[in-house]
Amino acid sequence: MSHDFGGLRAVNNYDLEIEGGQIRGLIGPNGAGKTTIFNLITGIYKPTEGEIILGGKRITGLQPHRVASMGLGRTFQNLQLWRHMTVHEHVKMARYSKITYGLIGAFFGTPKRNREEEEIDKKAYALLEMMGIHHLADQIVINLPYGDQRRVEMARALAMDPKILLLDEPTAGMNPEELIQMMAIIRQVHKELGLAIFLIEHRLKVVMELCEIIQTLDFGRVIAEGTPEEIQNNPKVIDAYLGREALD
Amino acid sequence: MKTLKGKIRNTFTGIPLLGWLIGALMAVVLEHFFGDVLSDILGLPKIPVLFGFVIMLKKPLLIPGALGYVLLTYLIPVGVIAKVSAPVANRLAEKFFDLSLTLTVLLHLMFIYAILHLWSDVSAYRVLTLKLTLIAIMVTLSLNVVNGYMGEFSCSHPGFMALGAYAASTVTVVLFVNDKLFGPALLTPVLGPFMFPIALIIGGCVAALGALAIAVPSFRTRGDYLAIISLAFMFIVKSMIENLEVVGGPRGLSNQPDVANLPTVFMWTVACIWIINNFVRSTLGKALNAVRDDEMAANSMTVDTRRTKIIAFLFAAFWAGVAGGLFAHVLRYVNPGTFGLQKLAEVLAMVYFGGLNSVYGSIVGAVSLSLLGEALRPLEIFKWIFIPLLLILVMIFRPTGLIAFKEFNVKNLLKPKKRN
Repeated sequence: MSHDFGGLRAVNNYDLEIEGGQIRGLIGPNGAGKTTIFNLITGIYKPTEGEIILGGKRITGLQPHRVASMGLGRTFQNLQLWRHMTVHEHVKMARYSKITYGLIGAFFGTPKRNREEEEIDKKAYALLEMMGIHHLADQIVINLPYGDQRRVEMARALAMDPKILLLDEPTAGMNPEELIQMMAIIRQVHKELGLAIFLIEHRLKVVMELCEIIQTLDFGRVIAEGTPEEIQNNPKVIDAYLGREALD
Repeated sequence: MKTLKGKIRNTFTGIPLLGWLIGALMAVVLEHFFGDVLSDILGLPKIPVLFGFVIMLKKPLLIPGALGYVLLTYLIPVGVIAKVSAPVANRLAEKFFDLSLTLTVLLHLMFIYAILHLWSDVSAYRVLTLKLTLIAIMVTLSLNVVNGYMGEFSCSHPGFMALGAYAASTVTVVLFVNDKLFGPALLTPVLGPFMFPIALIIGGCVAALGALAIAVPSFRTRGDYLAIISLAFMFIVKSMIENLEVVGGPRGLSNQPDVANLPTVFMWTVACIWIINNFVRSTLGKALNAVRDDEMAANSMTVDTRRTKIIAFLFAAFWAGVAGGLFAHVLRYVNPGTFGLQKLAEVLAMVYFGGLNSVYGSIVGAVSLSLLGEALRPLEIFKWIFIPLLLILVMIFRPTGLIAFKEFNVKNLLKPKKRN
C-alpha cells in the first residue's frame, strides 16, 4: 500500500504479512513513516493505494472503531490515556464493542447489564493482574508513574481480545529497569495469549531481542527485511540508521 | 477553634442519611404545627418562606427574629433529632439494606417527599419555588451530560426546553382543554393526569429530534463549532415559535391543564436522576468521558465515537424537553421569550457552579442557584452582581465547579454509618 500527504508520498509500496503468533518489528529513523503505517493499518488514515486484509477480510477504509473491534489492538507512541478515568475504567472501556445490553440496559440498569458489567469487571481485573498493576485499579490514570501508564495502555489494548497487537514504541521514555520489565511483559503476553505482535521501536536492543523478522523503513519505503542478524549486517540499514551508532 | 470544629464533626459522624431525614421531617412537622405561633413570638409578620433570607434583606430590623426562627425550627431540631435518632436510624437502615437496595431507596425517597411536601405546604410560593427547583435539577443534569461528561459546549438547552414545553402543551391543550386557539377538548379532562406522562415524552422526543438537526452537521467537527451552531439553534427555535401563530406566537400559550402537581414533578425528577446516573455509570456512558479526554484513543479502543456523541446529545435533549414540558405545566403558561439567553446563562451557571461530570454537582448547583436567586430577590438588580461574583469566585478557586468528577454512588450514600 501507499499513502500521500498532499504531494508527499509518506509511505511507498509498503507490504507486510503477519502470521498468527509472530512478532514482527519495524525500525527506521525519525520521520520514516512508521507511525503513519500504524495509522493506515488501524484505519485512522485511508491509504491512497492498496489494501489491508485482516483474517481474510478486507478492512481498508473502515472506521477505526470497526477495525479495532475486528481484532486489532494498539498502543500509542505518546501515551493516549483518558486523563479523568481510573485504570480499571480504561480497561473496561476497551470492551465497548462486546457489550450487548444496549441503551435500555444502560438507562435502566437491567439485570443483563449488571451481569455483563460484572463480567467485564472480572476480565479487566485479570488483565490488570497480568500486567502487575491490579493494586492501582482505582487510581486516576494521570497520577501513575510513566511505566505504569504504559502498562495500563497495554492492558487496555489487550482487553479488546485482539488477534494482532500493534505496539508503537512501547519502551519510549523508559529507564533501563522499566525497559526490561516491559520486554518481559511483551514476551509474556505473546506466550500466554499467543497473539501476533507488530512493534515499532527506536531502541534496537528491544527489537533485536524480541522480533523474529524486522523491517527497516526509510523515507516511506522498506529498505531491508530479515532476521535480526541479517538486519544488523545489512549495509543499507547501517547506512540509513545504524551508521551513527556504529561509529560510536 | 479547631477543637470546636472537631467536636462538632465528631458529634455528627455516625449519623446515616436516614437519621438526617428523620430530623428534617420532624423539623418540618414542627414548623407545620407551631410555625405560626413561633413567628408570632419572635415578632415576625408570618412564617419566613425561604429560611428567612427574604425577610432579612427586606427588613434588617427583623434579622434577629428570622435567625432565631431558622435556628429554632430547622437547625436545632434537625441536629438534635438526627443525633438522638442515629442508633435507631442506623439499625433501620441496616435492616433495609440487608433486605434490598431498591426498598432502601424507596424508603429514603418517601422520606424526602414527605419532607418536601410538608415544607412546601406552608405557602403556595414555596410549592412553586420547589417545583421550579426540581425542574432546574433536570435541566442542569441533562446539560451536564453534554457539557460535563462529553466535554462539548452546547448552548441549545433553552431551545430544547422550548420545543418540549410547546410540544407537551399542545398535546395536553388540544386533548383536554376547551381553548380559544385549538377549539374544544377532544377527550375528557379526567384522563389528563394519565396522559400527562405521554405528553411529556412526546415533548422530549420533539426536543431530541431538534437535537438531531444540530448533531448531524456539527459532530463532524469539535469544540467551538458546536457552541456556535447550538446557539444559533436556540435563536432559531425562539423566533420560529414567535412566528407560529398556531401556538400563540409571541403572546405565548396558556391554559395548560393543572396536572403538574408536586408528586408528579418529584417523580419525574427522580426518574431523570436515576436514568441519567445509570447511564453515566455504565461502560456505554463512560465512553462519553473517553471521547472527551481523547477521541482518537477511544476510537482505537472500539468505541464508536460518533454514535456515542449523537446518542448522548439526543438523550440530553430529551430530558431538557421533558423538563420544558413540566415547566410549561407548572406555570400553566409559556411564551418564547422565556427560553432565551437569560435561561441559557442560568442553566450554564448551574452546571459550572455545581461541578462538571457529576450528578451531585448538578443537584447542588441547581438547588443552590435556584434558591439563591429566590432568596436574593429583594436585592433586585444587585442580585445580578452578587450571583455572577459568586460564580467568578468558584471558577477561581475550583475551576471545574464545587463537586466535580464525583460519582453518585447510591449505595455509599444510603448505607448505615458505623461509629469509629
